[in-house]
Amino acid sequence: MPRAARAAWFPALLVAATSLALLFLTLPIVAVFVDTSPARLVESLGEEGALDALWLSLRTTAVALAIIVLVGTPAAWLLASRDFRGRSLAVTLVELPLVLPPAVAGIALLAALGPEGILGGPLDALGVRLPLTTAAVVTALTFVASPFYVRQAQAAFASVDRTLVDASRTLGASEARTFLRVVVPTAAPGLAAGGALALGRALGEFGATLMFAGSFAGVTQTAPLAIYDRFATDFPAALALSAVLVAVSGAILLVVKLGARA
Amino acid sequence: MLAGAAALLGACGGGDDGELVVSAASSLQRPLTECTEGDDVKLQFAGSDELAAQIRKGVEPDVYAAANTKLPEQLADEGLLEDVTVFATNRLVVATAERSRVKGLDDLGDDGVRIAIGSDGVPVGDYTRALIGRLGERRGRAIRANVRSEEPDAKGIVGKLEQGAVDAGFVYVTDARAARLETIPLARALQPEIDYGAGIVRHSDAARAFLASLTIGPCQDALREAGFGAPRR
Repeated sequence: MPRAARAAWFPALLVAATSLALLFLTLPIVAVFVDTSPARLVESLGEEGALDALWLSLRTTAVALAIIVLVGTPAAWLLASRDFRGRSLAVTLVELPLVLPPAVAGIALLAALGPEGILGGPLDALGVRLPLTTAAVVTALTFVASPFYVRQAQAAFASVDRTLVDASRTLGASEARTFLRVVVPTAAPGLAAGGALALGRALGEFGATLMFAGSFAGVTQTAPLAIYDRFATDFPAALALSAVLVAVSGAILLVVKLGARA
Repeated sequence: MLAGAAALLGACGGGDDGELVVSAASSLQRPLTECTEGDDVKLQFAGSDELAAQIRKGVEPDVYAAANTKLPEQLADEGLLEDVTVFATNRLVVATAERSRVKGLDDLGDDGVRIAIGSDGVPVGDYTRALIGRLGERRGRAIRANVRSEEPDAKGIVGKLEQGAVDAGFVYVTDARAARLETIPLARALQPEIDYGAGIVRHSDAARAFLASLTIGPCQDALREAGFGAPRR
């Protein structure tokens, strides 16, 4: 075999693999848009409940993301900056929901926080009944999406240059101040990427929401649940709402990517 | 590699190797699993409407068995299903959670009672809406106001009941019996006609034999055992 030909097969393989991956990953998404006429798309948004579902999705996702960032950021810093007994165990536990099927997450949440669950009695005594409420949707979203953020934040914190942190401390800044003024700004692109992943996961959440929060228009029926609800009875409407969800998720991803670059 | 993956996933689209593929409503799961045990039959269960949507999108099981006759008849009109046969009937009941405060039909409209029903367009949901419509304007409105979840299938309602997430739910008597839930019977005069219809998507001797066994034979016996009624004459 001539040398040039021998050298060319590997790059060719890389190109072929990438093309195959791109085609496979984009074709279904393209199909969502090709199968929906723009007019149908607008029309479906005007349908009863479609905008409600989308709005509920955005609201619950925003609240879940706020909780995830507020609690997840300091937790990720602890896991990234300290070495302690049981650290690997803690890291693994935090990541566990990543590998749980959504249906398992839903059942687990019911078993933990449902009326018959472990904390059901105490919660009931406090007058809190989580299942079938909007708060239950937020709970489900937070549960499934937080590992995406914490994991990424931990990696971003771990790659912050230690000499920067040490310099700040030497200059007399407290750890809290160093964290807020030095660590978080330096790790910001990584944190944003983690936030985008968590947001995407929360926006698309289906199984855990259906099992734990149920499905009721305006209260617990998020966009993915509304899509499923229409799937059987009105496929074009399901497709149109899917297209809107893809567009919204894509736009959010794009904003975060551009923001991280700037 | 793709061919290998396709072979691994196999049989999703229909039996080429003599295996009979039956798409059936979730509520038929237990009896049909029982009566086909040991046979070369692959059963897939989901909401009737979901399965009908799949068939419209080109998924081809051999036999389709639904929890109503509307969907099989629609598919027949579209030329996708043949030999539509009614093979069973069912009844609605109000099933209650353990320690539920709902003890009778009149409690359903009480303040703070949480009810799960099937969602609009899904057979169990449509039947429930028809039944609630016959309970009288005032009582019907009170019950509808207490609905907290509209589930895509009867399983979702049963699951919410078992977990105590709702106090009561409208389900088929067969689902309630399978899950050993407490039930409040509903008068015959209130009951919508719940006929289960099946038909053939892909013709074969095995498909015809299976369809026949739904009306007379082991599958009909298993259906009766599970609480289904005989087809209306």
